[in-house]
Amino acid sequence: MIKVLNPGLATSVQDMGRHGYYHLGIPQSGGMDQLALQAANLLVGNAADAAVLEATFMGPELEFTADAVVAVTGAALTPKVDGAEQANWESFAVKAGQVLSFDYLKGGARAYIAISGGIDVPVVLGSRSTYTLGALGGFKGRPLAAGDEVPVGQGKGTVGRSLDAAMRRAPGSPAEIRVLPGIYWHWVTDKSGAQFYADTWKVAPEADRIGYRFRGGQPIEFTERERPFGAGSDPSNIVDGCYPYGSIQVPGGTEPIILHRDAVSGGGYFMLGTVISADMDLIGQMQPHTPTQFVKVTMDQALQARADRTALIGRIHEALG
Amino acid sequence: MESRYTFGGDEHVFCEVDTEMSLEAFFKSLSMTNAVRESQIRGVTEICPANASFQIKFDPDIIKPDDMLAEIKKLEVQAENAESSMDTRIVEVPVLYNDPWTHETLMRFRERHQDPSGTDLDYSARINGYGSVDDFIAAHSGSPWFVSMVGFVAGLPFLYQTVEREKQIEVPKYLRPRTDTPKLTVGYGGCFSCIYSVRGAGGYQMFGVTPMPIFDPQQQINYLRDFMIFFKPGDLVKFSPIDRDTYDAAVEAVEANEYEPKIRDVRFSLDEFNADITACNAKLEGALK
Repeated sequence: MIKVLNPGLATSVQDMGRHGYYHLGIPQSGGMDQLALQAANLLVGNAADAAVLEATFMGPELEFTADAVVAVTGAALTPKVDGAEQANWESFAVKAGQVLSFDYLKGGARAYIAISGGIDVPVVLGSRSTYTLGALGGFKGRPLAAGDEVPVGQGKGTVGRSLDAAMRRAPGSPAEIRVLPGIYWHWVTDKSGAQFYADTWKVAPEADRIGYRFRGGQPIEFTERERPFGAGSDPSNIVDGCYPYGSIQVPGGTEPIILHRDAVSGGGYFMLGTVISADMDLIGQMQPHTPTQFVKVTMDQALQARADRTALIGRIHEALG
Repeated sequence: MESRYTFGGDEHVFCEVDTEMSLEAFFKSLSMTNAVRESQIRGVTEICPANASFQIKFDPDIIKPDDMLAEIKKLEVQAENAESSMDTRIVEVPVLYNDPWTHETLMRFRERHQDPSGTDLDYSARINGYGSVDDFIAAHSGSPWFVSMVGFVAGLPFLYQTVEREKQIEVPKYLRPRTDTPKLTVGYGGCFSCIYSVRGAGGYQMFGVTPMPIFDPQQQINYLRDFMIFFKPGDLVKFSPIDRDTYDAAVEAVEANEYEPKIRDVRFSLDEFNADITACNAKLEGALK
């Protein structure tokens, strides 16, 4: 068990996600940087898909009631055990009675805190992930709060295991996010479409597990069209439909929003394309104000990037398995 | 009505059955998603029907995107020839229109509304040509609705009324979305009504509130024990206006876990509906009497 002394800004229990309920409005949830989540688990000897804590922008303060092996991956939040600094992407010991805390954020956005044995909250609809909007899964359906006592499973980890820096991924500056245009791309004028890729956007403060909003680019210009019955009055409105994970909607044509793992499953805004699956991890590590370039790719390039990421995760398993 | 297929990244096929909303488009979208489910195409991970479109999520490591698309397109002929009728259920949903909680909320977000001088009901009645709010409520609660999509957030039904196109209520969404909407608010945006399953952000006009919970992640409410979400696409709903005393009594029954929604089995035929809308609706509503 771990006692939450200070929850940080937004710390929640996440695993690889909850699948099969999107048609009822329940999104997959799960860690936003799935590569870092799996690496953290492997470092402490857990199954790659065990539940961990995802800490956003700021680390929590946790008191351990039993000995454990811990690893912190993802964002550069330096872990400290009773004040003594530990390395990121490396397993270390925390003894019963010791407190795990963190230094301030030096890079990235989300840290994954894996504890040997895994976070042992009940499985809901096939996952331990927290879906806050639906008050579902995780620890009582919500992010952690001070005073919470979070159950941890039985596990045996080894200290001093680390992951080679070459096997980590982080967004560059500007972050390059690859996009497959589509869905309602044909609503955007050619000139405006080219501008969307040419502009440097910035992550807005409204960036969370549901979606990432961007500012700083030119507004979208729409082609002339009749308004379809039932779509609503704005040129960016569609008859409410499904939203793919990673889809980029632009309400009112002004600020693009990329939906992430706690996505709203549908709604009435057009989408001009979708971030490729291989780059969703990177979005999870982007702070507000990060300059961002959207890069147009083809399906073949998207599949190649996906294969590259799968191969990288394979190498991480080999290195730590 | 011609379906348009497109990819949502490397993991989704998105199909717009029609650009505009109609019962025909909804039936076709539902038939297509049923066909995809029955055909058990390898690699399909999520099957999501929507109002006039649908989305299939798949694993491109198992099936190539182009092959997935071809498999889905193959089902279109079958779906087009599917009988446009279904065995379903009709549910009576009591509504306290013009309630104090949505009223307090809409006053709080008035500067985000098209018409800050009135209420959402005043505005919606006026722009749809109704002489009074009472007439407007009579129209909203006068004919049944199809659950044409479930989503946005967990368990939220989008509802499309079974009336002629010219009688469809249409309202814009708020100019800027609210950051708060009371739980179980009956809302309206575009040509859709909805019931907010949870408290949270929202852009639909707010007309009232139902005492009947439709989402329970704890699965403690007696009629949500088997599954936490009440509605599914294809359900029919009849809104029934209630007064404050009836609302309070229903809330008490919910709290005592003794509330039972009124549900009846019905058959809906699109051909019968198009032949005689009044008779079709009378038959559906008759099932609840």
